[in-house]
Amino acid sequence: MSGILILAEHRRGTLRDATLEAIGAAGTLKAVLGGPVTVLVIAADPAPLAKAVSVGAVDEVITVARPDAATYEPHVYEAVLRSVIAQRLPALVLMSHSVDSFSLAPAVAIGEGLGFATDVFGVAVEDGEVVATRAGYNEKVFVEIDFPGRTGVLLTLRGGAFAPETAPASPAVSALEAGDGKARSKHLDWRDPPASGGIDIPGSPFILSIGRGVGDEANVAQFLELADGLGATLGCSRPIADNGWLPKARQVGQSGQLAAKCNLYIAMGISGSVQHQWGMKHVETIVAINKDPEASIFTIARYGIVGDMLEIAEELRKQKGIQ
Amino acid sequence: MKILVPVKRVASLDDEFELNDDGRDVDPDFCEFDLNEFDEYALEAAVQIKEAAPEGTVEVVVLTIGPDDADDVLRKALAKGADRAIRVDDAGLEEADRVAIARVIAQVAENEEPGLVLCGAQSADQGHAQTGMSVAALLGWARTAVVSKLDFTPGAATAQVERELEGGLVERIEVETPAVLTIQLGINTPRYASLRSIKQANAKPIECLTPQDIGLAAAEIGGAGALSRVRRVFVPERGRGEIIAGTPSQQAARLLEIISEVNG
Ligand SMILES: Cc1cc2nc3c(=O)[nH]c(=O)nc-3n(C[C@H](O)[C@H](O)[C@H](O)COP(=O)(O)OP(=O)(O)OC[C@H]3O[C@@H](n4cnc5c(N)ncnc54)[C@H](O)[C@@H]3O)c2cc1C
Repeated sequence: MSGILILAEHRRGTLRDATLEAIGAAGTLKAVLGGPVTVLVIAADPAPLAKAVSVGAVDEVITVARPDAATYEPHVYEAVLRSVIAQRLPALVLMSHSVDSFSLAPAVAIGEGLGFATDVFGVAVEDGEVVATRAGYNEKVFVEIDFPGRTGVLLTLRGGAFAPETAPASPAVSALEAGDGKARSKHLDWRDPPASGGIDIPGSPFILSIGRGVGDEANVAQFLELADGLGATLGCSRPIADNGWLPKARQVGQSGQLAAKCNLYIAMGISGSVQHQWGMKHVETIVAINKDPEASIFTIARYGIVGDMLEIAEELRKQKGIQ
Repeated sequence: MKILVPVKRVASLDDEFELNDDGRDVDPDFCEFDLNEFDEYALEAAVQIKEAAPEGTVEVVVLTIGPDDADDVLRKALAKGADRAIRVDDAGLEEADRVAIARVIAQVAENEEPGLVLCGAQSADQGHAQTGMSVAALLGWARTAVVSKLDFTPGAATAQVERELEGGLVERIEVETPAVLTIQLGINTPRYASLRSIKQANAKPIECLTPQDIGLAAAEIGGAGALSRVRRVFVPERGRGEIIAGTPSQQAARLLEIISEVNG
């Protein structure tokens, strides 16, 4: 058991950034864990992806060409990944904590008897054993996890937790025929997110965002006016978009938009789930307004107001003379 | 046909919580418990399939693993349209992780032979996103995670589903059944339970079983069936921002200052 195996994740022909983050994590663990860093690319046409993962500490790229991997299919991926793990016996298997991994990682861990933890943002090696850190209770505590009796460990890594590696490398590339898994689901088509209707979360420098703390649909309109009056774009957390209170184009987070150009983000009545944080935690000035002093949003905020968002909003309107 | 919906009792923490003496979890005295939000959507999806099918042809069975306090979430599920509730409990389950919990769920599924297992995409408190897909792996069934739309007619060989990916991209797929699906928030609008249905739910029996009753070997339960162990829980030292104190009026005034400072 040695070395690190990383599963490359790609969608519609493009490598996902999370894979470069996993390679970055492997770079720092390689010295303590020993053995090579290998990236496995499963795709209909692996060549361009093999090139894209040839970075950082990567020693070897294994490509598995399968026409049925033109789109992601968990059962096909499972069979290939398991057969590569069984041959190579890596000490550590890394993938991203993504929707694709949700349906893949448990089957691989169970099938190969690997230690298993998901949404991991810290990895250490102590006396040769892997120790993973993740969060619990909606980000309010951290949890250290170990894997007694397991020689190999599979971890899915939280997006943005590890610095991506992009420096070019020249790993050995070898093609493998592996896995006889049969697809049990069939790709029909893709549906892109609905048009934004002129709402520009990624381009907005100033976002005022509301979460479930807004309480009621009837309260939403006043926040549109408030945002407007302050010169901000109104954003929201997922439940607000799911309820149909605001269009999906306003949703900030992993399954919504990235506040890419934002430098001031006011989060009102948002608890700070990891999926919401994904879209905004990089913003330089975050102001959190929440009734719960322990809400995890406060841990990433530069300024915090413990209080009622409706009351604060009313004061803001009054002082700014917004109707 | 049956639809099995495993549900979890999730915890939210009090303002000032404390850890257990062994430092490996939060003291439950400082927790408030409720039905996992993601599971509410899974349950609603199951009940909607039942209601669209001819009367009496689909049964929705809910299952939880835990001590008798967990009956509350089963009652809530019964009040929202589940037909039958099962709780599996045993002291030997204590050191279980998600995979060990999934072993119990998979065993119940073997016994009940549902046509679908619908789970929440993850739990709202821990967010492992492992349980449902572990059940599928243990059963050897087809699986899809993070389902945001589900079209299934009981008895059909496939279900049409949409899975929601990062950035809001949606993939439409067809998946073999029986299948295990994990359900994303927003797929439907979970119903409120009426007073009448709450009363009826309180009168319904809950089947309480042990792992032995369902036919699970001792070597598979709890820590023995787990792939991970919690070593330590701790409250991290985190950079806390400046708390703006004062009356709401003062707080708002300071916020307006910050806005003009940043925006220049
Ligand atoms: C695959 C996946 C993708 C996801 N993608 C996203 C995403 O893109 N974006 C996203 O946001 N979520 C996403 N989620 C959902 C996420 O896990 C959370 O469920 C969601 O972010 C919670 O939203 P919230 O903070 O508004 O609600 P809650 O977690 O319910 O928090 C509400 C907060 O409001 C506070 N509050 C209540 N009343 C008041 C008041 N009057 N004044 C002030 N504060 C108040 C409460 O203290 C609480 O902290 C995703 C989940 C999954 C599984």
